[in-house]
Amino acid sequence: METKAVNRPMRKKDAMALVTGQPVYTDDLAPKECLIVKLLRSPHPHALVEEIDISKALKVAGVEAVFTYKDVPDIRFTNAGQTYPEASPYDRLILDRRVRYVGDPVAIIAAETEEAAERAMRLIKVKYEVLEPVLDPRTAKDGPILVHPEDNWQSLCPVGADNKRNLCSSEASEGGDVEKAFAESDVVIERTYHTKANQQAMMETFRTYAYTDIYGRLTVVSATQITFHVRRIVATALGIPKSKVRVIKPRIGGGFGAKQTAVSEVYPAFVTYKTGKPSKIVFTREEAQTASSPRHEMYLDVKIGAMKNGKIKAIELHTLSNTGAYGEHGPTTVGLSGHKAIPIYSKAEAFRFTADVVYTNVMAAGAYRGYGATQGIFAIESAIDELSHILNIDPALLREMNITREGDFMPAYYGETANSCALDRCLARVKEMIGWESKYPRRIMENGNIRAVGLALALQGSCISGLDVASVAIKVNDDGFYSLMIGASDMGTGCDTILAQMAADCLLCEPENIVVYGVDTDVSPYDSGSYASSTTYITGNAVVKTCASLIEKIKEYGAKKMGCNPKEVDFDGKRVYKTATDESITLKDLANFAMNFSDTALYASEMHTSPVSPPPYMAGAVEIELDRETGKIEVINYKACVDCGTVINPNLARVQTEGGIAQGIGMALYEDISYNKAGVMRNNSFMQYKLPTRQDIGTVEVTFESSYEPTGPFGAKSIGEIVINTPSPAIANALDNAVGVRIRELPLSPEKVYMEMIKNED
Amino acid sequence: MEIKLWINGKLINDDVSPDTPLLEYLRSKGCYSVKRGCETSNCGLCTVWLEDKPTLSCTVPLMRANNKHITTLEGLKSDAEELGGFLADEGADQCGFCNPGFLMNVLAMAKELEDPTEDEINEYLTGNLCRCTGYTGQLRAVKKYLEHKRKGG
Ligand code: FES
Ligand code: FES
Repeated sequence: METKAVNRPMRKKDAMALVTGQPVYTDDLAPKECLIVKLLRSPHPHALVEEIDISKALKVAGVEAVFTYKDVPDIRFTNAGQTYPEASPYDRLILDRRVRYVGDPVAIIAAETEEAAERAMRLIKVKYEVLEPVLDPRTAKDGPILVHPEDNWQSLCPVGADNKRNLCSSEASEGGDVEKAFAESDVVIERTYHTKANQQAMMETFRTYAYTDIYGRLTVVSATQITFHVRRIVATALGIPKSKVRVIKPRIGGGFGAKQTAVSEVYPAFVTYKTGKPSKIVFTREEAQTASSPRHEMYLDVKIGAMKNGKIKAIELHTLSNTGAYGEHGPTTVGLSGHKAIPIYSKAEAFRFTADVVYTNVMAAGAYRGYGATQGIFAIESAIDELSHILNIDPALLREMNITREGDFMPAYYGETANSCALDRCLARVKEMIGWESKYPRRIMENGNIRAVGLALALQGSCISGLDVASVAIKVNDDGFYSLMIGASDMGTGCDTILAQMAADCLLCEPENIVVYGVDTDVSPYDSGSYASSTTYITGNAVVKTCASLIEKIKEYGAKKMGCNPKEVDFDGKRVYKTATDESITLKDLANFAMNFSDTALYASEMHTSPVSPPPYMAGAVEIELDRETGKIEVINYKACVDCGTVINPNLARVQTEGGIAQGIGMALYEDISYNKAGVMRNNSFMQYKLPTRQDIGTVEVTFESSYEPTGPFGAKSIGEIVINTPSPAIANALDNAVGVRIRELPLSPEKVYMEMIKNED
Repeated sequence: MEIKLWINGKLINDDVSPDTPLLEYLRSKGCYSVKRGCETSNCGLCTVWLEDKPTLSCTVPLMRANNKHITTLEGLKSDAEELGGFLADEGADQCGFCNPGFLMNVLAMAKELEDPTEDEINEYLTGNLCRCTGYTGQLRAVKKYLEHKRKGG
């Protein structure tokens, strides 16, 4: 199909509103009379509330209500934004007598002002029975302390969960004869890698307001990626029918997966449900850092067998994932650590992947861009470089020999075939961009610093195959402009715009002729949500289908008006015309006729789902400068090449990639959630949790090598998540190339680098 | 306490609690472009001009704004649209939450620095965090905007 809008760098539809600071975000829209909701949080990682006295708090002027575990329904639910029945266990109450991490809510306070809420909070007296916590995930499974001993804990899906063993899930899969492949290998390496929890740290923290609408229904307005799932989560948590809940998503100030968990929604929903009054909660940055939904910490044991000539025979990975106090996204993220890392090298004869996800008494983890793949790829891509040094083969060459190529069967990737794959071209491109041949491995600078290069590859999915669904609806309005209604949440990534670009090409019109609306559960067609990189691929396909059926309707109506058979007409975007005579009727006239003594609705809605999830691919190459005196790594250049299929909007895809790389650099170099011995999180602000600034990321250059995905809309795959996956392994590999120091635990902080360099010298 | 200040040129006399942060006060007066991203003066989202100097409004207690002129993005509509257009053309606005504070600082920089280098730009704007764009697109947009200004745009 010829494209006019697709593959063009169009401005985002909401760009001017956003850049000029219009009031479009949740807290800008909340009614002024909202009760302010605050949460009293546990100071202990594991305790039982013995007594809680709220009498003094209730006397504070302006306090409307204080709720404790005694007031909430005894119904367990999950905050994970996933399709029902969720893979994440039902392990939460709105407020629980047992608190499971430092920050777990103990009481909900609703007051007219922030000051009153805070004063009331200080006056709540809680007596805890302090219990021993489980803080190390490596001792959690089958340990003596249970995080979720309760009998009404429930796992809805067969994910190998057992709360009496601290297991949120476990899995195992393999292909080929693993033992034989290892036995035949000339070299077998075994290494353990450790990735930490990271915060998405989107600039807009979690926030939600709720009110009762004119029909007496609970309306929840929230910064969320999962508008429809929030409806179910809130209704389930409150024990009310789903028909009583409406959820609206305005513009959201970033998500990266954080808002794929209903972190803040249930609290104001509960307050408004109980009091009948509008209420809102805005998380402080401290709360967003300490009581939210970060990346799962993982320990990854990698074993790779290869021949001396560099042929990889077998890859085995065991992942231990720490889901913290609650199991949101625990069972699903861990799968990606294997299934989205091992298939980079599908030419291997055999693979095995096993995993355990355990509960501990730290903040619950959640979904963060990359969703487990990031952790798995750090491990596999680090191990590949370690192997290359042992085999004495250039790591780029070792990859060229073993990577998945177009047409390859990928046993570890759910048995799918790589129908569109330009990974080989991506790799060749970044080698050239970084100047691999002349720069590998290192050179010493005049000031004594070392410059070195490192490489890493990545893949991801384009949806959750066999699960994600998206529907869209398009209607024709006066004069023939279109309304495109979607249920996918634009979180700044521009999906409203790219979907309009696709619709414009299908409907043969300008994108300006299409108004996009999303998301309101009362109005928008169902979409499982903006996650798993699915919007371009799944919702995009729904757009293509819907446009096709709308065109049929337009043609039928046009034929009817011209008194002929629909087979005799065609549609060129502006008019329906008889192919034989060119007699025509304009879309404008048809649209207006349809609103006057008409029995024809010019409206179509279609749904899409996919049995496959064609992976996008990426190669990243970094040049670092290492200060040998301090161990500090500076990123000088980052070169990336992505195969996301057809690029729908080159500007937006490029900025996605640049943004993901910057986040990945943060993860590689400094972002580190850690806890002290008492289970208190150390990184509760941007002082203690450093995000990369514009002076920290070097020069980033992004290019695309497009394959054509036959099942994708216009040949497109996904871009949202893969872009965070290469920096950690590429930088770790560059460090090894610089000084022969291999660090297997993120982040690559100067202290760690320095200590390892000293060890090496000894 | 009684205060008097100008918000975007408009005189306001008010009775306020003196330690209210300027940020929250500005929002309560309808300047919703002013955003909060942290409690530790690290993010730059709350940047406004206090007597034409870019200032973190989260760190300014209201009494320090007494008798002063405050400018927010609401008061710089045409500048915002002009500079914002360059960001939009690069796709360098993702969630947009960081943009108002960022624009305030870029506009201040454009007045203060003559023909800044890339390093100078990055240094001037380093306090403005953006978690979405990775800064590279913002840099492209700022350079194009400055170029446009140099040419008398
Ligand atoms: S709100 Fe973060 S610096 Fe002011
Ligand atoms: S665009 Fe989202 S933080 Fe900058």
